[in-house]
Amino acid sequence: MNKSKYDVAIIGGGHNGLTTACYLAKAGLKVVVVEKHDYVGGAAVSRELHPGWTYSNCSYVCSLLRPEIFRDLELSKHGLQIIPYEGSASMLNDGRFYAHYQDHDLTYRSIAQFSKKDAEAYDRFGKDVMRQCKIIKPLLKMTPPDPTSFSPKDIMGLFEFAKYFAAKDELGGLGEKEIYDTIRFWTMSVRDYLEEYFESEIVKVHLAGSAIIGTALGPYSPGSAYVLLHHYMGEVDGTVGAWGYARGGMGSITKAMASSFKSKNGEIKSGSPVTKILIKNNKSYGLVLENGDEIYADKIVSNLDVKRTFLKVVEEKELPNDFYKAVKNFKIRGSSGKLNIALDDLPIWKSIPEGDPAGTGDLHITQNIEEMEGAYDDWKDGKWSQFPYVDMCIPSINDPTMAPQGKHYMSVFIQYVPYNLADGGWTEEKRLEFGKHVMGRIGNYSTNFNDIINHAEIRTPKELEAEVGLTEGNIFQGELTMDQLMFNRPVPGYAQYKTPIKNLYMCGSSTHPGGGVMGAPGANAAREILKDLNKKISTHYI
Amino acid sequence: MNKEKISYKKPLLETPFHKRTSEHCYANDWYRWAGYKVAKEYSSTELEYTSMRNTAGVIDITPMHKYEIKGKDAKKFINKLITKNITNIQSNQVAYGIWCNEDGMVIDDGTIFCLNENHYRIFCAERNLNWFCDTATGFNVTIEDISSSIAALAFQGPLSCKILNLLKVENIENLKPFHFDNYKLENQNVTISRTGFSGDLGYEIWCDPSQAIDVWDSLFKFNRDYKVLAAGMNSLEMVRIEAGFIQPNADFMSAEQALRPNRMRNPYELGLGWLVNLDKEYFTGKQALIRHKEKGPEKKLVGLDVEGDKPAVGSVLYDNSKKNIAKEIGIVTAAMWSPVLKSNIAIGFVNKEYYKLGSNVYAEIYHPEELDYRKIWAECKVVKKQFFNNPRRNAIPAFI
Ligand SMILES: Cc1cc2nc3c(=O)[nH]c(=O)nc-3n(C[C@H](O)[C@H](O)[C@H](O)COP(=O)(O)OP(=O)(O)OC[C@H]3O[C@@H](n4cnc5c(N)ncnc54)[C@H](O)[C@@H]3O)c2cc1C
Repeated sequence: MNKSKYDVAIIGGGHNGLTTACYLAKAGLKVVVVEKHDYVGGAAVSRELHPGWTYSNCSYVCSLLRPEIFRDLELSKHGLQIIPYEGSASMLNDGRFYAHYQDHDLTYRSIAQFSKKDAEAYDRFGKDVMRQCKIIKPLLKMTPPDPTSFSPKDIMGLFEFAKYFAAKDELGGLGEKEIYDTIRFWTMSVRDYLEEYFESEIVKVHLAGSAIIGTALGPYSPGSAYVLLHHYMGEVDGTVGAWGYARGGMGSITKAMASSFKSKNGEIKSGSPVTKILIKNNKSYGLVLENGDEIYADKIVSNLDVKRTFLKVVEEKELPNDFYKAVKNFKIRGSSGKLNIALDDLPIWKSIPEGDPAGTGDLHITQNIEEMEGAYDDWKDGKWSQFPYVDMCIPSINDPTMAPQGKHYMSVFIQYVPYNLADGGWTEEKRLEFGKHVMGRIGNYSTNFNDIINHAEIRTPKELEAEVGLTEGNIFQGELTMDQLMFNRPVPGYAQYKTPIKNLYMCGSSTHPGGGVMGAPGANAAREILKDLNKKISTHYI
Repeated sequence: MNKEKISYKKPLLETPFHKRTSEHCYANDWYRWAGYKVAKEYSSTELEYTSMRNTAGVIDITPMHKYEIKGKDAKKFINKLITKNITNIQSNQVAYGIWCNEDGMVIDDGTIFCLNENHYRIFCAERNLNWFCDTATGFNVTIEDISSSIAALAFQGPLSCKILNLLKVENIENLKPFHFDNYKLENQNVTISRTGFSGDLGYEIWCDPSQAIDVWDSLFKFNRDYKVLAAGMNSLEMVRIEAGFIQPNADFMSAEQALRPNRMRNPYELGLGWLVNLDKEYFTGKQALIRHKEKGPEKKLVGLDVEGDKPAVGSVLYDNSKKNIAKEIGIVTAAMWSPVLKSNIAIGFVNKEYYKLGSNVYAEIYHPEELDYRKIWAECKVVKKQFFNNPRRNAIPAFI
């Protein structure tokens, strides 16, 4: 049995674990990342699962990654580049398409084909969402204060939150009205929100997509508007809400992070599933690996979701009852699937002409909000959606590294797919049938799609859970609803990256500010750990 | 025009004058205005500007937003929308007005043409369809965006009436300022209003897009005697600053578009208090405007007479002649060297203590000079925004 000793051991080499690792290594600590797979990245990976093609087989587009982290970890030097989207589109059953472009005037005209009022309202909507993004942006970086604590730090923290809402300058003096708007936004349904701006169904459904991705909420569910915001608060080079492709796939992000970490003398132990966190006297002191090896460290950080951390690798008896209960009740429902498709040619769409920038970003086929809600109803019934919402894109149009010359890679994110099927659970046949169903739906909008499919990887929440380790396949490591955000994420009283076990921390997407390839949970956790160790570093983020 | 199939290869619309504007636009320098391509500069901004001050200039203003308001409650609707009272407006009269949001913050300004008691047109710089439709709730009116169905030219300058007269536009010299009528211009039926941005005599000519080229050509018919130039947006910007007209999203953020609430401005801050009629029955923003008026503006948009000859573009304004102890008290929103006034003029916001006419403030001007910046600390006197206002502008009959 091997035994080794570190300052910090991080369980899981997802992008958040790696972000924490990088900041701690930057501070001169001896850090090890222990990853179950023989590659790092978690849900941000690039994998060659079909010879010649690179799949971003979980996450597929980038926006949320905080630019300060990009800078601090020198990700450019370590190989990362983001390519901005050129447009996006929804294809209609009547042969038309609805599109957004980089060019504002062109977008106006595109929307005006459906409604002049909506074309104008799009600016109003954009402004209001942008204002909400501005409000939330600084919150991402904050460690949520504990509202029940009377420690000076938490009282100061709450004060910061409050001060922030009343801030004069950066937000231009948020008035009472803006605070009402914010609270409404965080709690209402996306359908109700969009209804306040738009009249045309295609406009509404195109925009509503961002609000249901990855959640077990439908467009009519209260709280879904927040999810839209969660997907808008990122940026590409200062353009808030913009998305882009990571050149070489999403794995380029985590590869660059790993390289940055190693350059600071960090150590990565891959192919090493952790089976247990060693705890004595309510204090963690080490890890046990599947092969029996043990790793000792002063601080242990878990990148796994809160359920996996406390229901799988920590023994129940070590936990306070209430905490254990809260973790068990943490909502982490799987609702998404993913297809990664190797194409022999570029799909020819019935509506979008070849070369149109709208065809190079995210593409959708849902016709209206009712259809979207219907897709959600199927999920509640334990079935995959008959008319699924898809968020598909062909990164290889803009990224020359993803597929052989002349061939293409298509990523299809699917909402909704249940973790458990009502009619007796997932089988291999059902998985294939599900994939076929989705490809059939997409095929309706193309004249050649069915003939150019060379290979497809079909992933249901079961595969996402088994491979990535996301409980139930929930892409955010836990639902993004108000009861599970900010000082309630993941568990009230434990929103500060700490746990009931001394020296054990959390840094994954289960913590504030939540899921997506953002890096904020990882960087915030690093800041808290460094504080506890009385170490200071000076970076853009921390 | 909007019906035209859109293509990403052609993101911008062309106005009905495009055939001519593109012929004149030797500089091939275009500006985006409401999704249209209009000339920024045709050949020389200086000469285009001079034409408007010396003879007449022609500006394609088709992209201006145009809304048709019709119905039994049309006047009531407008009285709810805008801050001034148009109860006494007559047919063929034009009113200048502003509209605010519920907080009394200015959204936009525009001209309101009264075709008859139940029929109006509003011309404005920003898109307002949603705001108008929201305001129309409960009124018996229809609101239609007719922007693309009317072609429009501004014909501005001391000889504008003379040339229209030579073109046999009957009785044009007796058209009063802020009035309009239907005329025959070289066999074309057009609407002409005595309105414009130049602070001088000038007209705006409104016609069906199908007549656009003929109308354009007619204005150049006497070019050998009286040289008329096509004028671009750059020269329009010059004359509007001289005339002291302010522009949303240039001098202030439209309340509909400002991201930061403290960037919004009320009419008193913009020096447009004279457009607010608080005695009028309920209109949008009234309650807030009563409060704003009572409180008095914290800052105000004023004219500035700037020392020296280097335009104070984008300058921060200070309170003291000594740079090292000076405090920021304002900002310049528009600035230029005025060829007609031979003055260095600017429009800008200054804080309460400084908006009295005659106050002194100081502008820090960064003047580019052969790859270097010269930093100039220029004294500015607070003056009226209306720098240029030629008596020709309002004379009746107009000069022919
Ligand atoms: C299908 C899908 C599509 C998505 N699309 C996008 C998108 O386009 N854009 C976006 O921004 N976000 C997207 N997301 C969300 C985003 O990818 C995740 O929220 C984020 O990557 C989670 O990162 P993390 O570091 O917190 O956790 P993870 O990435 O989950 O990292 C956890 C790590 O721990 C490892 N691990 C698990 N168990 C053990 C163990 N016992 N021992 C050792 N190691 C272990 C895992 O292998 C993994 O590497 C998507 C997610 C999915 C699943």
